[in-house]
Amino acid sequence: METLIFLIFAVLAVASSLVVVAHKSPVYATMSLVLTLFSVAVLFVLLGAPFLGALQILVYAGAIVVLFLFVIMLLNLQKSEERRLGPQLGVAMLGALIFVGMVGLVFWRSGAPALQRLTPELVSLKGLATALFADYLLPFEIVGLLLLVAVVGATVAARKAPEPGAESGLLPREDYVSGDEPRTDPLRSLPDPRRPDVAEPAYKPAAFKEAAK
Amino acid sequence: MNPDLTATLLKYAVMFGVFINVAPIMNWVERRACAYIQDRPGPNRVGPLGLFQPLADAVKFMFKEDVTPAAADKLLYLMAPVLALLPAFTTFVIIPFGPDITVGGRTIPLVVAPVDTGVLLFLALSSLAVYSLVLAGYASNNKFSLLGGIRASAQLISYELALTLSVLAVLLPVNSFRLSDIVAYQQAHVWNFIPQILGFFVFLVASFAETNRLPFDLPEAESELIAGFHTEYSAMRFAAFFQAEYTNMAALAALGVTLFFGGWSLPGVHLTGWLGAVVGLATLVAKIIVCMAVFVWVRWTFPRFRYDQLMRLGWKVLLPLSILNLILVAAMTLAGWL
Repeated sequence: METLIFLIFAVLAVASSLVVVAHKSPVYATMSLVLTLFSVAVLFVLLGAPFLGALQILVYAGAIVVLFLFVIMLLNLQKSEERRLGPQLGVAMLGALIFVGMVGLVFWRSGAPALQRLTPELVSLKGLATALFADYLLPFEIVGLLLLVAVVGATVAARKAPEPGAESGLLPREDYVSGDEPRTDPLRSLPDPRRPDVAEPAYKPAAFKEAAK
Repeated sequence: MNPDLTATLLKYAVMFGVFINVAPIMNWVERRACAYIQDRPGPNRVGPLGLFQPLADAVKFMFKEDVTPAAADKLLYLMAPVLALLPAFTTFVIIPFGPDITVGGRTIPLVVAPVDTGVLLFLALSSLAVYSLVLAGYASNNKFSLLGGIRASAQLISYELALTLSVLAVLLPVNSFRLSDIVAYQQAHVWNFIPQILGFFVFLVASFAETNRLPFDLPEAESELIAGFHTEYSAMRFAAFFQAEYTNMAALAALGVTLFFGGWSLPGVHLTGWLGAVVGLATLVAKIIVCMAVFVWVRWTFPRFRYDQLMRLGWKVLLPLSILNLILVAAMTLAGWL
């Protein structure tokens, strides 16, 4: 029974991760990623680590991939025309070789008999917490700091550059959607009173058609 | 057949029976209650007090034309309602509904899946519910649906943080992820909503957002998006979304009463055996009904939030409040007050 479940989900994990890199449609690729993560979570449960399995679904499938999907839909990404597997195949093979080499190096340096079997104590909540918060506290804190740096960096990168008039006490430009282009109202062809140098484009039927798309 | 498997299947059947009937009953309650709030009769023609209206609706759902838009992404379009039902009918497996009972010499805990990671499993499964909304929005190939799907993903991500943090605070003094331990803790002490009133309110507001109920029903805001992510769906596929929404509400209500209002237990009542099981299940259902009534009451009382207000509330009010609550509860636990 256990072997059967393992086989089903191992095959599913490998097949769906191939779909992730090979499928043309970003939405299908993302959904296959969810399937991959779910299958890996099932494998965690089979290994006797239901906590890791639940976290895998909660953090990756439930939050991070939702953000992927959010960005894909927000940017309305379409199917890519070229076969994605073709030009990336070489790089992918190189990555796989490096990964296999690293795992082999670990085996070679430590010696296979030195590897410990997964025990319930090792993968249980308590074992995991002891490892994280007692044995490896400093690396754990450093990873936390790294994540904080990434968050701050993302915030800085996403922040709009301050408007030229903002410091001089002029009205804040709240009606700007993206910061670099004034919102165009096709029905109003008057110049923006707060930025007379940027004249709004006059009413054009073409602009309407663009907007309707 | 394996007795453990039989017990699990029977327990699942009991909970399934409770949770599948939520949608038709709530359909009637919601419409009658909103009619009462708005001072009009509501559906009162089919059967006494209009009680058979859900049956009429079910027949209508079955015989309506099932439309698939020509430009839709067929596979994802057909998959989305199924994906909506899956988390809805799996999350309640970790809700305990009574004390342990003994049948033929073996002790059976009255929870479908007595796993150590209880609450985490609930959160993990319920966090998958968003995919059905997002995929329905994307696959319909309709701009209103797409907007609804995008809103759903952003909204669920934002409120899940506050929800999870408020749940985490409940776990701290109990030292366990098991909901049955949380119920036992509340039997020994007081119901959690008294010491953790702040966490309870964060949980309440976040659960309105998680279930896409007014005042946070932005993914399907009728006045802006027609019906949002399920605009294109009709017949039984629409019914699947409807069923999933109400089942999710009931499951979240069940989680809420288990975390904050003692679950199946009543203060001062310690029944065991079959009587305890029946009383426990009835108590849990009664508490869920009260919660659902609050859901309905709130829906027809408050106007809808604007989208930026929703995001501001989630990130700038609820999240800091839930972190504050977590720190307070951690300090109280350390001080030995809980």
